[in-house]
Amino acid sequence: MLGLQEHILVAAASDSVESLPESEASNKLGASFETPSGRRLVKPSEYMQMITSMKPNLWASLADEVPAWVTEKRNRISVDRTLRWLDDCLAVDLEAGKNTLGAVVGGSNIDERKRCATEASLRNVAGFWIGGFGLGESMEERLALLNAVTDCLPEEKLRYVSRLSLPEEVLQGVAAGIDLFDSTYIYHLTLGGFALVFPLDIVERDNWDSRTDIEGADCTKINLRATIYRKDTSPIVDRCGCFTCQNHTRAYINHLLNVHEMLAQILLEIHNTHHYLGFFRLMREAIKGGKFELFRQRFIKRRRAFLTAEAPCSL
Amino acid sequence: MPVGTQGTIKGLTNNQLEEIGCQIILGNTYHLALRPGADLIDEFGGLHKFMNWKRALLTDSGGFQMVSLLHLADITEKGVTFQSPVDGKPMLLTPEESIQIQNKIGADIIMALDDVVKTTITGPRIEEAMYRTLRWMDRCIAAHQKPDTQNLFGIVQGGLDPVLRDICVRGLVERNLPGYAIGGLAGGEDKDSFWRVVAQCTAALPEDKPRYVMGVGYPLDIVVCSALGADMYDCVYPTRTARFGSALIPEGVLKLKNRAMANDERPIDPTCPCMVCKTYTRAYLHCLVTKDAMGSQLLSYHNLSYMMKLSRDLHTSIVEGRFPEFVRGFLRTQFPKGDVPEWVCNAMEVAGIDISSCCASFSPSH
Repeated sequence: MLGLQEHILVAAASDSVESLPESEASNKLGASFETPSGRRLVKPSEYMQMITSMKPNLWASLADEVPAWVTEKRNRISVDRTLRWLDDCLAVDLEAGKNTLGAVVGGSNIDERKRCATEASLRNVAGFWIGGFGLGESMEERLALLNAVTDCLPEEKLRYVSRLSLPEEVLQGVAAGIDLFDSTYIYHLTLGGFALVFPLDIVERDNWDSRTDIEGADCTKINLRATIYRKDTSPIVDRCGCFTCQNHTRAYINHLLNVHEMLAQILLEIHNTHHYLGFFRLMREAIKGGKFELFRQRFIKRRRAFLTAEAPCSL
Repeated sequence: MPVGTQGTIKGLTNNQLEEIGCQIILGNTYHLALRPGADLIDEFGGLHKFMNWKRALLTDSGGFQMVSLLHLADITEKGVTFQSPVDGKPMLLTPEESIQIQNKIGADIIMALDDVVKTTITGPRIEEAMYRTLRWMDRCIAAHQKPDTQNLFGIVQGGLDPVLRDICVRGLVERNLPGYAIGGLAGGEDKDSFWRVVAQCTAALPEDKPRYVMGVGYPLDIVVCSALGADMYDCVYPTRTARFGSALIPEGVLKLKNRAMANDERPIDPTCPCMVCKTYTRAYLHCLVTKDAMGSQLLSYHNLSYMMKLSRDLHTSIVEGRFPEFVRGFLRTQFPKGDVPEWVCNAMEVAGIDISSCCASFSPSH
């Protein structure tokens, strides 16, 4: 239906844009979501009907996701329900778990996270979908929770976490053993007129200096609505191989944004997607070369460097 | 010629436009002069470089937008005076300035500033506008700095009055221009008057120069005008109707928003070779058109493909000497019940094309 036969499709019940978990309305029968067509309660049987029709390559079981501030009791219930629904989904799955990602929740409680992960790994699934993050916990507490989960999951099965979208969050996830991410980072960047520009050669550069390439702006991204780009004849990123950078200038995109033309978002989305996927490729290379931790440290240090650097006008 | 008002065809990339066979697109001088500005475009080396469009461009004079967009536009012999939409200051667009701006934008074909009058207006104003158009033509020619790289087209005015139109055509032909446009139509006049003006002009314009009917239009109008001898057209219709969820098909228009489309697994047009028809179903497009910008983007792609294919097929049929057959095939598909509109029948008679086999029970006494 989507015309994307060459791609892998993964289905999950919630996302950060159009299907937000509404934990207060979820009950023992199903999970509730806020959608563009109103609030919907989805039961495991209905969910499996949709999965059977969609035929994705992988699908996450239905979960009861709760935000970080719920009571211990509510959190415990969410783990019980999620495990029960995992079994309900598997019971009607024609592929007997071959394409299933067992859902793991548990909020901000380390013990509940471990319990859910341990129980889920006893089921016959292809991998795990880790939910409940990005709903109010801080990045600091998240690392411990992620590690607690991955420690209890079999190493050879896929781990997919939802709602970790910023580069630092992704790096944290990879450090904890996560394999797959979904992200609204690009979506939000594009809507705001931002283009990713962070350099993709961090590990190779031995003598990088945070001051030499400050442009008076965030090293990560530029906002092409800004008037400084009105006459900028360079591509978004020099030597970037994406369609946008090979064909168009910052000035043209600045113009498109000013006159509210759809092509602006199309061109930005193309570049941002290309660039972010490049970041993921770099991570894979760093892991292969045993340099992931170095990569991670440098990347984070560089991101924070602009805060401590002198402003260009005072150089 | 698809209309790329502000330096882009809504939502399509340059390579997509090349894919569907688009040779030339139209930019609006008024909008581009406002944003990003003629001087900026000039600094970039012209609109081709700014947009990175490797094929042809045409700009209009900016006059039409002024008259239609700005309530307080006033036309004098000097030019068009109007209130700047940016700061409300009084501004004046003269023929000289229009050409200067168009020289900076650098399109391959540029249009003279004409005194445009709605065809629904009657009286001495039309005569005044026609003569002024000729006087402004001379001022445009004098102001044109790049006659070797930019083709300046004249525009025939004169409302619906055949005498005035005749004077204007002769005046422009005397000036030996690289091409001629027929203006002042596509503004609400009835179809019967419309085709007669086109026919009169094409009969009097030189055979070896392009004839451009401005603001036309619907596929049917294009076929009729081509039968009458016109060559070039511009219209926002294909892309605009796409944004309302309508797709162009040989039979007419397909409204993707219709509930019936929700379960229709066929492509928009099974005979269409475009990317959209090869990849997506009506059912999927039905979901998109009401909810997502990609819906209108895909429909724009298809609709422009349709128009390009129509032009190509029409052109090929002329070259291969079977144009009348093409017209008959087109009309039969659009009007399967034989209810071809009377104005089309009249126009085809003047054009010398026999379409009696397409018309059901048409009484020749009308």
